[in-house]
Amino acid sequence: MRTPVQFSLNGEEVAAFVEGGANLLDALRETVGDLTVKGGCWQGTCGTCTVLIDGAPRLACITLAETCAGRSIETVAGLRRGPDLHPLQTAFIEHFAAQCGYCTPGMLMAAKALLDRKPSPTREEVVEAIGGNICRCTGYEPIIEAILAASRAGDRRSA
Amino acid sequence: MLEFRKDIFADERDDNLKEVGRPTQRQDILGHVTGASAFYDDHRFAGLLHLKILRSPHAHARIRSIDDAAAQRAPGVKRIIRAADVPVNLNTLLSLIQFGKDDEPSLASDVVRYKGEPILGIVATSERSAREALALVRVSYDPLPAVFDVEEALKPGAVSVNATYPKNTFEYYGKYDHQKLRYGDVDSAFGQCDVIVEDRYQMSPIEHAPTETNGSIAVPDTNGRFVVYTSTQALFFSLDTAAKINAMPSNQLHFIGGTVGGGFGGKVDTLTEPLAILAARLTGAPVRYRLSRHEEMQFGSPRGAERIYVKDGAMRDGRIVARKVTAYFDSGAYTRLSSYAAVKCAAHIPGPYTIPNVYGDVYCVFTNRTPATAMRGFGVTALDFALECQMDKLATAIGMDPIEFRILNAYRDGDMKAHRREAKNCALIECCQVAAEKANWPIREEYRRMSSRRGAASAPHASARPEAPRRQPAPAPVQQRIPYDRAGEPPAPDAPPPRPPAPPPAGSSHGATRFSSVFGTRRR
Repeated sequence: MRTPVQFSLNGEEVAAFVEGGANLLDALRETVGDLTVKGGCWQGTCGTCTVLIDGAPRLACITLAETCAGRSIETVAGLRRGPDLHPLQTAFIEHFAAQCGYCTPGMLMAAKALLDRKPSPTREEVVEAIGGNICRCTGYEPIIEAILAASRAGDRRSA
Repeated sequence: MLEFRKDIFADERDDNLKEVGRPTQRQDILGHVTGASAFYDDHRFAGLLHLKILRSPHAHARIRSIDDAAAQRAPGVKRIIRAADVPVNLNTLLSLIQFGKDDEPSLASDVVRYKGEPILGIVATSERSAREALALVRVSYDPLPAVFDVEEALKPGAVSVNATYPKNTFEYYGKYDHQKLRYGDVDSAFGQCDVIVEDRYQMSPIEHAPTETNGSIAVPDTNGRFVVYTSTQALFFSLDTAAKINAMPSNQLHFIGGTVGGGFGGKVDTLTEPLAILAARLTGAPVRYRLSRHEEMQFGSPRGAERIYVKDGAMRDGRIVARKVTAYFDSGAYTRLSSYAAVKCAAHIPGPYTIPNVYGDVYCVFTNRTPATAMRGFGVTALDFALECQMDKLATAIGMDPIEFRILNAYRDGDMKAHRREAKNCALIECCQVAAEKANWPIREEYRRMSSRRGAASAPHASARPEAPRRQPAPAPVQQRIPYDRAGEPPAPDAPPPRPPAPPPAGSSHGATRFSSVFGTRRR
């Protein structure tokens, strides 16, 4: 049995028919076609599939697609502003904050949720914000540095 | 900050480095931060089918019967793949380099030898249909006694795990059940040394846990070819393995990979490609075989467990005179890459130290655990852990500073290694000196002056050696010293003076040799 679901994805209205019980990760990747969202464990433990639902970081693999009707969903596909990279993307590049790149989309979205809520976080707040996202390559330090650098870049722009 | 000392690495490094030691941008990072990097599972095909595998719930059991009649009729099921469908259903990864015998089936037919071993595959229109059909397969097992401990597996009468290697040991060169290293006479050296430190070290299996699990998509192409999108770390290795198992020429396979979501050694085993290709052949449709996280942990190989016994003998003046190592690699039920790990382990037994008497036995042992494979320095890492623990314990036992103790015993250029190869391009002493300096760890002047180079001051196995051990310096504030209660007998009050060591062989030129031995000619 398929159910119609309508939600906003990166500011655009999308409608999809999803299987009963389908999770948001499969709905985004297999039905809508947003392949920037990655699956790592499909059981809500690794943070790889993190997306923003109404601004809050959520694990797409354990979110029922049907519960997203009428919500606003953000993924890395919507992070760029036209041709320009988001300050977080620039900071990840400059600080070597990605190696294999597989956890990066989820990591970026967890970081965006933090900076949207708190533009100048402390290091502890950054660590807390990405505490549910597993990275097996970098050892986290470059990621923390990148997020802090992005927050400083944001400060400069708004000043 | 990287620092290359010209006195040590004069011939190895160009002075005008433009990249090494400087920050640089990854060539693929723009794709990573925008989500545009295409991993194997970011390719989509119309009519994609999904392969899921029935796995053994037993560590060791005989399969009495398999009833998949209900699964065949389940909705969405396109094909069931059984052991008999696999063209070459016995393989070992290193057979590609003529090392080891084929010992692992792609799908088990008569016996399962570890929990998670593949038995049967179901190809269906969705992962969910495949999973639901798997639940309808009825397998009847006769559970068999299992063995999970390397030393238990070597005892007479132990359960035989792997039919290819009934004695539970990998066979080297068609006849040897372990790797041996013999150098000097350890027994007489143990009889004459002042201190003996002996201990047992155990390392557990370690899962690589890449955020992307192992997987692949095989897509039928024209002219009988298949395009395979894969997470493999070893593209051509996987291609050749898949060709062998499917009994097809390798030019019918086009492997596309390179964007790997973390590997660390856990994606060299060609776990998914052969059956994905077989499923695509049998159905004529593109097929994805993607491991769940649970399968990645249970069926995907970990770094193998190792058990290592080390017995070291040292003199009161600080020289290590004898080392005896017995190591057991837990290969799990099949070989995968552990046979090679054991060879590397045997090669590393002395560590980076000059020891005149060395004795080593290294076994690659089969047990009813998940087969092990490569991971970051496998074969060396656990042994190094054991050896460096020994170094601290030995230093404590003879009352020597642990860094000075390492400097004293470190390879010098021209020293003879236990493998009868001359030590070249040594730099451990200099590394220890820099580490001590950076950590504010006081070492004595004579140790600060020592050098890896032939003819330099105070080579300990030559003439100049410190007269007597002295008490440890005050520890640096952040460091912790651990007292060891198994440090062996206290030094004898009037130990005989150390025997003068043999003169070193003629010196080698520094730096030059490594390049010429690897590349044939020296680069300038």
